Amino acid sequence: MIDKKIIEEYNLTQEEYEKIVELIGREPNITELGIFSLMWSEHCSYKSSKIHLKKFPVRGKNVIQGPGENAGIIDIGDGLAAVFKIESHNHPSYIEPYQGAATGIGGILRDIFTMGARPIALLDSLRFGPLSKSKNKSIMEGVISGIAGYGNSIGVPTVGGDIYFNNCYSLNPLVNVFALGIAEKDKIFYAKAEGIGNPVLYVGSKTGRDGIHGATMASAEFDQNSEEKRPNVQVGDPFKEKLLVEACLEVMAKDIIVGIQDMGAAGLTCSTTEMAANSGAGIEINLDHVPQREEGMTPYEMMLSESQERMLIVAKKDKFKEVQKIFSKWDLEAVIIGHVTEGGRLKVKFEGEIVVDLPVDAIVNLCPVYNRERKAPSYLKSETLLPPLPQPKNYNQTLLKLLSSATIAEKEWVYRQYDHTVQVNTAFLPGADASVLRIKNTKKALALTLDGNSLYSYLNPRTGGKIAVAEACRNLACVGARPVGVTNCLNFGNPEKPEIMWQFKEVVEGVAQACRAFDIPVTGGNVSFYNDTEGISIYPSPVIGVVGIVDDVSKAVSPGFKEEGDSVVLLGENKEELGGSEYLKCVFNMEKGIPPQIDLKEEKRIQEFCLEAISLDLVESAHDISEGGLSISLVECSLLSRRKIGIRLHLQDDMRRDALLFGETQSRIVVSSSSQKLQKLLNLAEKRKVKASVLGKTAGNRIILYHFNKKIIDVPVDEAHKAWKEAIPDIFRIK
Amino acid sequence: MAKLKFGVVIFPGSNCDYDTYYALRDVCKQKTIFLWHKEHDLKNVDCVVLPGGFSYGDYLRSGSIAAFSPLMQEVKEFALKGGLVLGICNGFQVLLELGLLPGAMLRNKNLKFLCQFVHIRVENDKTRFSHRAKKGQTLKIPIAHFDGNYFAPPETIAEIKKNNQIVFRYSDAEGKINEEANVNGSAESIAGLINKAGNVLGMMPHPERASEILLGSEDGRVIFESIIAKLN
Repeated sequence: MIDKKIIEEYNLTQEEYEKIVELIGREPNITELGIFSLMWSEHCSYKSSKIHLKKFPVRGKNVIQGPGENAGIIDIGDGLAAVFKIESHNHPSYIEPYQGAATGIGGILRDIFTMGARPIALLDSLRFGPLSKSKNKSIMEGVISGIAGYGNSIGVPTVGGDIYFNNCYSLNPLVNVFALGIAEKDKIFYAKAEGIGNPVLYVGSKTGRDGIHGATMASAEFDQNSEEKRPNVQVGDPFKEKLLVEACLEVMAKDIIVGIQDMGAAGLTCSTTEMAANSGAGIEINLDHVPQREEGMTPYEMMLSESQERMLIVAKKDKFKEVQKIFSKWDLEAVIIGHVTEGGRLKVKFEGEIVVDLPVDAIVNLCPVYNRERKAPSYLKSETLLPPLPQPKNYNQTLLKLLSSATIAEKEWVYRQYDHTVQVNTAFLPGADASVLRIKNTKKALALTLDGNSLYSYLNPRTGGKIAVAEACRNLACVGARPVGVTNCLNFGNPEKPEIMWQFKEVVEGVAQACRAFDIPVTGGNVSFYNDTEGISIYPSPVIGVVGIVDDVSKAVSPGFKEEGDSVVLLGENKEELGGSEYLKCVFNMEKGIPPQIDLKEEKRIQEFCLEAISLDLVESAHDISEGGLSISLVECSLLSRRKIGIRLHLQDDMRRDALLFGETQSRIVVSSSSQKLQKLLNLAEKRKVKASVLGKTAGNRIILYHFNKKIIDVPVDEAHKAWKEAIPDIFRIK
Repeated sequence: MAKLKFGVVIFPGSNCDYDTYYALRDVCKQKTIFLWHKEHDLKNVDCVVLPGGFSYGDYLRSGSIAAFSPLMQEVKEFALKGGLVLGICNGFQVLLELGLLPGAMLRNKNLKFLCQFVHIRVENDKTRFSHRAKKGQTLKIPIAHFDGNYFAPPETIAEIKKNNQIVFRYSDAEGKINEEANVNGSAESIAGLINKAGNVLGMMPHPERASEILLGSEDGRVIFESIIAKLN
C-alpha cells in the first residue's frame, strides 16, 4: 500500500504521484514507483531546468548531434566527428571521494564510447573547500586519486581542467568530468530499440546492490547524516570498462547492432525505457537472465541498481551470436535478457510473473516540468559594495602571496598523478591555456578547455555566465584554436529556493548570450541541483567546456615566453576593476564587489585578432589574463618559459596600482612578439581596431615592473617560481 | 632494406598497445602486427614488444597475471632462444614477473602515480637496444607509472652491475645522477635493465611517447632505431 510517507521517501510530490496514477491508470507497485522516482528525479528529468535550457543556441552547420543524446557531436572535418560531454559527480564525491570521482570518469567515458567514439581526452573541473581544513584536503586527495585510478588504468589521458577553492565547497565539493572521443562521422551509434523482435543484450559487469537510489540521492539536499549514504555510491572497475570499450568498438565496427545505451544513473530502468521511448517501441525483459553478483536480489533492486560498467545493446536478430562472440573474446558477458516489442511498454518479468508493466513514454517524456518561482537574492546589494581599501605597501610580497594562493599556484602536483601523455596525442602539457591534442593522420589538433569562476557568478550571475564562456573561448584563442562547440555543467543549490532558481536563470541567460555572440552551439550538458548541505548552498557554479580546432598544429602557440629580447604586448584595455578578484580574496579575505564587466563584441574582436595574429605567425606566445590579473599573467608567461626568462616592463595607466596589477578586467591577452614581427603585429592591431600596448621586453632573470617610471615590482624569477610551484605540494607534504 | 616485423602484444588492459604500434609502424615505418594474449603464435616476428598499461587491471600485482597468459609462455621460449624482447612500463613489470629480468617493482617513493618527462642517461651503449645512442647521453622521455621503484637484493644488484646490465639510469638534464632526479626511488636509479644474454630489455620510460617532436621529444626513437639497425 502506497501512502504519503512512502511517496515522500521516494522524493515525489503528492501531485507527481497523482499524475503517475493518472498516466498508468492504476496505482503503481513498489518497483514501478521506484522506477518513476528515479526517472522523474531532477537528475534524470531536468524538470526544473528544462524550460530555461531552451535558451541555448543549439544549431550550427557543424552540429551532428545537439542536446538530448548521450553526448554532443561536432563535425571536425576529414570524415571525423568529436563526441563530447561534461557531467557532474558531486554528491557521491563528497560521500566517498575516491569512488565518487572514479565512477564519474567511468560514467562520462561510457557516454562517449556508447556513441561509437574512442575516448581520447578527459578534463576535470574541481571545486573544493579551503585547504586549511584537513577534511577538504582529504576530499581533494581522494578525488584526484579516484580520477587517476580510473583514467590512468583505462588509458585515456587527463589533459587539463581547473581547480578553485572556496568555503562554499567545504560541504559540497564539485567534481565535473569532461570527456571527448573521436568517431568516424558516418559510424555514430544511438540509443535506439528498433526492429520488433530484435534481441536485447545485457553486456559487461554483473548487477549488484550498489548505487541503488544514486540519482535520487543527487536530487535532494544533504544533511549531517549524509555519510550514511555511502552505500549508495557505486564502485568502479576501470579494467572491466577498458574491456567494455574495446569490445563495444569492435562490435560497432561491424554491421551487427541496432542501438546501444550505457547503464548509468538509474541503470536498467533508464537504458531500457530511453531506448524504447526514442524509437516509439517497447521492451520486454526477464530479470532471471540478468547476470547477478549477489543472491536474492529483488526486481526492485535489479531495476534500480547502478552497478558500473554495464551496457544494453539491441542487436540485429540474426547477428546476436556475432556480438556474443566478440564480448566473449574480451572475457565479458553478453546475455539476451529480452527483446524489442510493439506497443511502447516496458514489461519486466521475474520468476514467471510480470512485475513491471508501464508505458515508456510516461516514464521518459511525461514528467511534469516546472517553472519554479524566482527571486533576486538579498545578498546582492550588500556583497557588491566595496569598503575603502588600503593599497599594499610592498607589491613584491603581494605578488608572491597571490602566486602561492591555491587557486593560482601551479597544479603540477595534481596533474602529474594523471597519465596525460598516453595515446600519443598530447601536444601541450597541462598548464597551457588549453589542452592541445593532435588528430592523427591530419594536420589538425583539437583544443579543449574548461572554465567557470563562480565568485563572479555569485556576485552577478548573468555576468558570471558570460565570462565563463568568454574566458573559455579566450583560452582557445590563445593557443590558436577557433571554438566549435560548447558543453556545460551547471552546478547550483536547491532549485525549490526562489533565490537559487533566479541565479540559475540568470546564469543560463548569460551563457546563452555569450554563445550567441561567439556563434557557437551548445551541444549538451548537465545540470546538478541540490548542492546544499546543512542548508548552505554553493555559489552558482557554471562550468563551461569548449572544444576548438587548430587548423595547423605546428602553429599552435603556448603561453611561455620564448626568447630574451622579445616584445611583450598587451591586447585589450586595463580598467579599474577590483570586485570579485583573487587579490581581494587573498589579501583582504573579501569575496565582494562588482565583478569585472564584459562587452562580448569587444571580447570577440580581441579573440579574433589573436587568432589572426597566430595564423600569420606574428606572436611567439599568448596567455589570457584571468585570476590574479595582469601581473600574474605576465609572471606566468615567465614561469612557463623553458628558460625562465624575466621581464622588464612599463605600465602607464592612471589608476589604482593594485587594480592595475591584480584587477581581473576581461578581454585582455598578453602576447610576445619578436623584433622582426612586432611592427606587423601592431599594424594589424590598428587595422582591426584592437588596442595593443607594447609594455617592454623579456630580459634577464628578474620580474621587473614599473608604473610611471617607479619600480613597483622586482622579484627574481626563481623566487616567483618557488612560490608558485611549491605552494600545493607544501600543503600536502606530511609534516 | 627489408622491413622488420615487430609484434606488439595485447593483454586485456594494455593501453599503450596502439601507441607503440603507431610509433613503430607510422613513425619508424616498420612492419608491425598485434599479437593476442590468448594465442600461442608469435607469427614469426623479429622483435616482441610488451606495451604499457594495466594488464588484467594490475589488480593482484603489476604484471603478475599477464605473465601467465598463453602467449607469454611462447615469449619466454622465444627470449630464451635469443629472440629480441622489449618491455615498456607494464611490459617491464611483466618481464620481471616472468623471471626474464631480475628484481621487482615497488610503489613509487612518494606513493603517487607519476606522469612526467624525465631524463635518463645511457649507461650501456653496446646493447642491441641502445647502440645508436652514446654512453653518457641523456634522453628526455616521459614516464607514467605507479610501480616503477625498482628493487633487487644487494647480491642481485652487484651481479647486475658486474654484467653491465643497467642500460638507463634516471638523471637530471645534464646527466647527473641524484636523488631528486630518481623520481620513483629506484635502486641505483635504474630506469632500464637488460638480461645477461643481451636480448631482453625492460624500461619504465615510454619511448613510444617520445618519438615525435610534436609530442615534446623524439629521444625515444633511438631505442627503436637501435633495434632496427641491429636486425637489418
